[in-house]
Amino acid sequence: MSVVSMRNIVTSFGEKVIHDGINLTIEAGEIYGILGESGAGKTLLIQEMIMLLQPTSGEIEVLGYNLNTITYQEAQALRQKWGILFQFGALYSSLNVAQNIAIAISEYTQTPQKLINQIVATKLNMVGLSPDVASLYPAQLSGGMIKRVALARALAMDPKLLFLDEPTSGLDPIGARDFDKLIVELRNLLDITIVIITHDLDSIFSIIDRFSILADKKVVAQGTLKEVLATQHPFIERFFKNDYVLGRYVHKDSPKPTPHHL
Amino acid sequence: MTYLSITQNDRSITLHSINHWNIYHLKAIDKELSELLKKINNRSIVWDVSGIESFDSAGVILFRQYYHTFQQKHTVEIIGYNDKQKRMYKLLELHSKNSTITIKTPNIFHRIGKATLKSLEGGKELLEFLGQTTMAFGQSLLSPSKIRFKEISYYIHISGINALPIVALTAFLVGLVIAYQSAVQLAKFGADIFIVDMIGISITRELAPMITAIVIAGRSGSSYTAQIGAMKITQEINAMKTMGFDPYYFLVLPRIFALIVAMPLLIFFADIVGIFGGMVVANLELGISFEQFIHRLQSALSPTHYLIGILKAPFFAVIIAIISTYRGFQVSSNTQSIGYYTTKSVVNSIFFVIVCDALFSIFFTGLGI
Repeated sequence: MSVVSMRNIVTSFGEKVIHDGINLTIEAGEIYGILGESGAGKTLLIQEMIMLLQPTSGEIEVLGYNLNTITYQEAQALRQKWGILFQFGALYSSLNVAQNIAIAISEYTQTPQKLINQIVATKLNMVGLSPDVASLYPAQLSGGMIKRVALARALAMDPKLLFLDEPTSGLDPIGARDFDKLIVELRNLLDITIVIITHDLDSIFSIIDRFSILADKKVVAQGTLKEVLATQHPFIERFFKNDYVLGRYVHKDSPKPTPHHL
Repeated sequence: MTYLSITQNDRSITLHSINHWNIYHLKAIDKELSELLKKINNRSIVWDVSGIESFDSAGVILFRQYYHTFQQKHTVEIIGYNDKQKRMYKLLELHSKNSTITIKTPNIFHRIGKATLKSLEGGKELLEFLGQTTMAFGQSLLSPSKIRFKEISYYIHISGINALPIVALTAFLVGLVIAYQSAVQLAKFGADIFIVDMIGISITRELAPMITAIVIAGRSGSSYTAQIGAMKITQEINAMKTMGFDPYYFLVLPRIFALIVAMPLLIFFADIVGIFGGMVVANLELGISFEQFIHRLQSALSPTHYLIGILKAPFFAVIIAIISTYRGFQVSSNTQSIGYYTTKSVVNSIFFVIVCDALFSIFFTGLGI
């Protein structure tokens, strides 16, 4: 079953064409990567999936809703089923960490405050933060902590669909690997479908099931790592077939990193 | 909707979890469980979770909480769980060890102390700001090549020229209102022609400078604070500092100079439009023709009044520019403080403009001008 499907997406700003006929399908339960050069329109693509931006033409379907014909009520319901980790966190600066994480729960449900506190503490723990940070404000957090709090906020309502825009950028390598592990664990336990924009080679080679490569305004390759590596394209040549990647990830003597499946 | 069905005998009680155990139902589930807590009476508990239709992590957190509560006094056996539930439980158990958060709410003494320290700090910052600005101002006068003329002309355009329509409209309306009010009174005495003195002196000496300053404080002062505040949040000011671009030369002085240049011109413009507004009313209400009005104005309005009005301009300009840029630099790194300091900037600017105007009145009255 496909969770997100995009058909013939065209995005243009005036004369400038960003996407020219994008087609992609994201299946339930997979960790799907979107890869491409800076300026290829990866973030725009996600913004179109989450109804922040209307594509110039084309059809998008998310969790069974067609975004071209969706009603206001359906859109509000859909918005409770996904979680989004923005590239720079986008925490509400006037709310403290606990309020940031709990905001969707306290707005959309009648959960008692005592339980909300417990849920917040658990989510904080899950993303590797101590409950002590709960009363801090976003301005008092470091970059990595902001990312983690933002992830905790995205996870607050147990979303069916999680969008992560460069989740590991700005984290230290150890923290980034923990983050990867957490993402896989969450996917396995909660049946989340995860859409992830990343340049992190470790993430690409270890956690991503399938991905698509955005270049020349189109999806030039889509599929598993193996399938993508078999495709001929200058970006793929440059990104994957250099000495660094070949030496470190592809021809490694130790057991090859394979995508973690259930 | 119920979430628990209970079968019980003398020695044990069996809870069957049913329906959806997710975040949308937590309140009701919590209520049912807490009511049940009173009815257990030393019996052993068997908790059957096989009837759950759906669950999420919040539901499992609640389950875990009550499981631990039950365990304190009773023997509890969980049955009917599947592998996924078990793994979820384990994951959450792992992350729920010290699972309470404490939000510190400061008490009254803490808040009073903090507010006191903050205002002391603010006073120190103001002194530093004034000192730095004066230094930069003096150095700019000594070596004019340091003055950013391009920025100054930009701000004259934004804060001066673009403000012409709103200044014109306000001044015109004020002239109109003053003229209407005095026309009625003066007509009672048959002193119609003195409306010219009334309009000419009050507009040029007091009203035009004041109206212009208030419009500029609201229009440009607020934008200066918000611009500088936003630059502070996005770390642009830090970037400028590290590249050797002194914010006082690049951000503060151009705005001060621009207002010093623009303000007298705006006041002069407001003088003309305000008097014109009075002229229109004098014509309509009292039948004084434009020629008569201007003829009378030449003898009634001595240049002193006009010059006093213009003299206030640079003072008002400096007050507005300094307060608004200073408030901009006070913005700390959250979006709310932009709103807070922008409000403060406008309120303080208008207040100090009025204070300054009052001092001028006392001063000039003392001098007998």
